[in-house]
Amino acid sequence: MFDDFFIRALVAGIGVAFVTGPLGCFVIWRRLSYFGDTLAHSALLGVTLAFTMEFNIAISVFVISSMIALILIQLQKKTNLPGDALLGLLAHSSLAVGLVVIGFLTFIRFDIMGLLFGDILAVSVDDLLIIWIGGALILLVLKLIWKPLFASTVNYELAEAEGLNPDRAKAIFTILMAAIIAISIKMVGLLLITGMLIIPAAMARNLSSSPQSMVIYSIIGGLLSVIIGLFTSLEFNTSSGPSIITAALLLFILSLFKIKQSIKLKN
Amino acid sequence: MSTDQNILVKLNDAGLQLNSKWLVKGVSLQVEKGKIVTLIGPNGSGKSTTAKIALGIYKKIDGSVEKYTNKVGYVPQKISIDWTLPLRVNDFMMLTESLNKETIDEALSLTGVIHLKDKNLGDLSGGEFQRVLLARAISKKPDLLVLDEPVQGVDFTGEIALYELIKKISDELSCGILLISHDLHTVMSATDHVVCLNGHVCCSGSPMDVAKNNEYKALFGEQASQILSRYQHKHDHIHTDEGEIKKN
Repeated sequence: MFDDFFIRALVAGIGVAFVTGPLGCFVIWRRLSYFGDTLAHSALLGVTLAFTMEFNIAISVFVISSMIALILIQLQKKTNLPGDALLGLLAHSSLAVGLVVIGFLTFIRFDIMGLLFGDILAVSVDDLLIIWIGGALILLVLKLIWKPLFASTVNYELAEAEGLNPDRAKAIFTILMAAIIAISIKMVGLLLITGMLIIPAAMARNLSSSPQSMVIYSIIGGLLSVIIGLFTSLEFNTSSGPSIITAALLLFILSLFKIKQSIKLKN
Repeated sequence: MSTDQNILVKLNDAGLQLNSKWLVKGVSLQVEKGKIVTLIGPNGSGKSTTAKIALGIYKKIDGSVEKYTNKVGYVPQKISIDWTLPLRVNDFMMLTESLNKETIDEALSLTGVIHLKDKNLGDLSGGEFQRVLLARAISKKPDLLVLDEPVQGVDFTGEIALYELIKKISDELSCGILLISHDLHTVMSATDHVVCLNGHVCCSGSPMDVAKNNEYKALFGEQASQILSRYQHKHDHIHTDEGEIKKN
């Protein structure tokens, strides 16, 4: 069944969408879009490392992204630069360093377009295992830290005062972000991963009135984007990442009609 | 003073320094089961900081905090909630603890906002939101309630009713309450112990003791009990950057 590359891509994409749905909601709630972007950019370094050391891409990307997250936290403590400047610094320098390293690795043929924008042909059976097992782990951990993470997203001091340990939840969430980037890089490509996190969640925000319903709509939006996007990719021979994100954008635009109604009702 | 088992939280000579400036210094106080301890003092005197020290929100403090319970309900003075979050009152009630429907309904009824249960949190008025905050804090039946100006923005009759409710909760749940209030009238009538702050503890004791205290009079003026909620703060001393106190 998994012999067909398209079935593999579809199964992989569906697995990714289940995880990006809830994580994406937190990315929006906690205003972490650029943080996600930075981690995704740094993933290129992880990929080059994987090629040089002949190592698994997902694991290598996960390690490098987690390290970049740690470096960011240290820089935030040690420097007086604003957060967005540090994010930009890390995002672009790690992308640049990654590309320079690729330039040196002349003995390996790189599919740069595939790395940046995703390639459904590249999804192997091993990748499916990583996506589904890794994804299940991410969701399990997210479920465990849901209460402190959500409470501290609403109000940090309330969560801290009432004994929920929000700092630990935040640190774990950072690791989960690195993990989702690692497992979705082949599907969506490193330039578009944040889109996969944000756009379905943004669509869901337009349709929902409670955090739970937003998570559910976000998963549904992600699943639809993956399915529509991949069929488009197959039909028109476009890169999988841009096709999925374009489908997500269309869903978001459709959701705007829903929000218009509710604003009218309010006034 | 009662036995040690009744102590819920105890501050020993606690203080907080931020950018080498003392926000509050040398505060010792304790909150016991069934007792209301009220912090009073002018703006910037370190009331909220003291409450946050007691709650364990600040990590790098001077002195020490001994906290003997984890069942805490907190009503912060300022709360900045991102209104882009889709959050109904009902979701907010379960923010830090999962509660059943009856418990939530009961708490919202007590503070008079049960009709707002399915409303979006961002659609509430200031006073309504304050009532929801209080309902959330009491719904989990905490051992320790920390209320930082819990009735701000609440209408006059509501204010009296809520203070009566706070007193009732303290008696019924026998929980300890650390209250910050500007309403000296309430402070004097409902409180067991008053701590008067002005960057440090000016004086403390029973409401009557404090009212007679000279430092209190200097801080709030002779007619403090008549002025009730509005009062003028006369400085009898200044604070240097190092946190030293100099008499004028």
